[in-house]
Amino acid sequence: MKNLNQPAVVAADVQKSFGETVVLDGVDLAVAEGTVFALLGPNGAGKTTMVRILSTLVPADSGIARVAGHDVADDPDGVRASIGVTGQFSAVDDLLTGEENLQLMADLNHLGRAVGKARVRELLERFDLLDAAARPVSTYSGGMRRRLDLAMTLVGSPRVIFLDEPTTGLDPRSRREMWDGIRNLAAAGITILLTTQYLDEADELADRIAVLDKGRIVAEGTPDELKRRIPGGHVRLQFADASALRAASALFEDAAVDEERLVLRVSGNGDVSSLRRVLAQLDAARIPVEELSIHSPDLDDVFFAVTGQPTIEAEAA
Amino acid sequence: MSTLAYTVTDSTTMLRRNLRRLRRYPSMTLLLVGMPIVFLLLFVYVFGGQLGHGLGDEYVAGHAGRAGYLNYVTPGILLMTVAAAVQGTAIVVAMDMTGGIIDRFRTMAIARSAVLTGHVLASLVQTLFSVVVVLGVAVALGFRPTAGPLEWLGAIGVLTLFSLALIWLATALGLAAKSVETASNTPMFLALLPFLGSGFVLVASMPTGLRQFAEYQPFTPVTETLRGLLTGTPIGTNAVIAIAWSVGIALGSYLWARHLYTTRRAA
Repeated sequence: MKNLNQPAVVAADVQKSFGETVVLDGVDLAVAEGTVFALLGPNGAGKTTMVRILSTLVPADSGIARVAGHDVADDPDGVRASIGVTGQFSAVDDLLTGEENLQLMADLNHLGRAVGKARVRELLERFDLLDAAARPVSTYSGGMRRRLDLAMTLVGSPRVIFLDEPTTGLDPRSRREMWDGIRNLAAAGITILLTTQYLDEADELADRIAVLDKGRIVAEGTPDELKRRIPGGHVRLQFADASALRAASALFEDAAVDEERLVLRVSGNGDVSSLRRVLAQLDAARIPVEELSIHSPDLDDVFFAVTGQPTIEAEAA
Repeated sequence: MSTLAYTVTDSTTMLRRNLRRLRRYPSMTLLLVGMPIVFLLLFVYVFGGQLGHGLGDEYVAGHAGRAGYLNYVTPGILLMTVAAAVQGTAIVVAMDMTGGIIDRFRTMAIARSAVLTGHVLASLVQTLFSVVVVLGVAVALGFRPTAGPLEWLGAIGVLTLFSLALIWLATALGLAAKSVETASNTPMFLALLPFLGSGFVLVASMPTGLRQFAEYQPFTPVTETLRGLLTGTPIGTNAVIAIAWSVGIALGSYLWARHLYTTRRAA
């Protein structure tokens, strides 16, 4: 039932508070069928809550959410029959073997004996778990658990998949493998909504990205559209002390100040003439600069521009 | 398939899963079945010689001293076995609820009740298994039930009904617990109740306040009914009261557990 006019996932003005804390403050989303959509944001932005609402785990306080044509509030079982969820914390049974975990999913999806067995086999093979199939999951590595987790999500052949921070805590190699797995799913036409705090992950995988910050969508578009929002990137100036930083920030009014790291980001495309201008101004004001680097535009800049704070990776960079 | 058929299929799947988990985690079952066996040995061999002499003839049926006490105490020990086994229920339920897999179940189109039903049925199997093991030890020590086929059927019925009641209660306690540690502690009072009833000594020998508690708490009528069925002591109105308690606890706990399961969501 492919309907291009109707998005696979729609949310309109979704609100959610836990006690006094507003977690989602009117979120609108539309994920077209067969596309990968990334919900990007720092910890505490409300990503997980959004996924929990869309996957029928918690009710929204208000607003509308529909998945695969079913309303999450009125027809949760309709939603559940169409989705697969891989959460942030591994949802596998540690006391069972990998094969038993998958078989459990096959039974709960009412696949029938023969079909179930074949599906389990196929998924073990596809996620490179055949050798470990008969071992209890408690002996698996982090990457293997994640793969099994995703495989379990796929047993019921869901049309829409939610992946909540699918690579958090994985080593670089497992992360790459996970990305490949997600790309394969996308290639098979499954609609994917993933959350991540890694910009490169969203950039790698997603057709569209929505930036979530403090319960609100602050930017949305394709990775390229988002990058275009900051033409020319910026020049990053590192200072030795706060007074130098303050003096410099007075020179460049539209620059972003990071007081903690004594860093100033001056918008500009980093070409020679604009760089010369920046240096000339600093020189004229006799402000010493520790370090200078030029950043071509990437999603970090977008994030910084729309939320006013750097992401984890940008800080580490 | 109809909704009912799905409920049965899903519950059976969950039962299989939980039984498999119990087999993979045998130390818990061993620990829980070991406790009543230790109490049985302790009470029969350490206290039994003396305690047996304080019982009326209708309780010991011609067996004096230790042998008579073994007959008297075994039904109480069997109920203690049930109370100990359901601590495992609370632990297993809490383990499930605090782990990630429950969210997976909740996001699947499976029968709502299947998760809890699977736990309860698996616990029932585990509990009755424990009861059989402890009963076997009692028989090996010289316990000689006088029950005929009908009485045995009745005894199995009473044990099953009472087990179901305590299992649903432990399930609710496991759901209510914020952590596995809490869940392993809260049902402990159940294992104490056989002492504060007619499990080990005659209620008539207790001081007034305690005696009143002992007479009115659920373990006493259940103990008396089981004892009557197995060893032929008088049952009187105890059977009716035992069934009423069991049904009441089971129903109340079931509703509580269902409420907790549908409303409490992991944060």
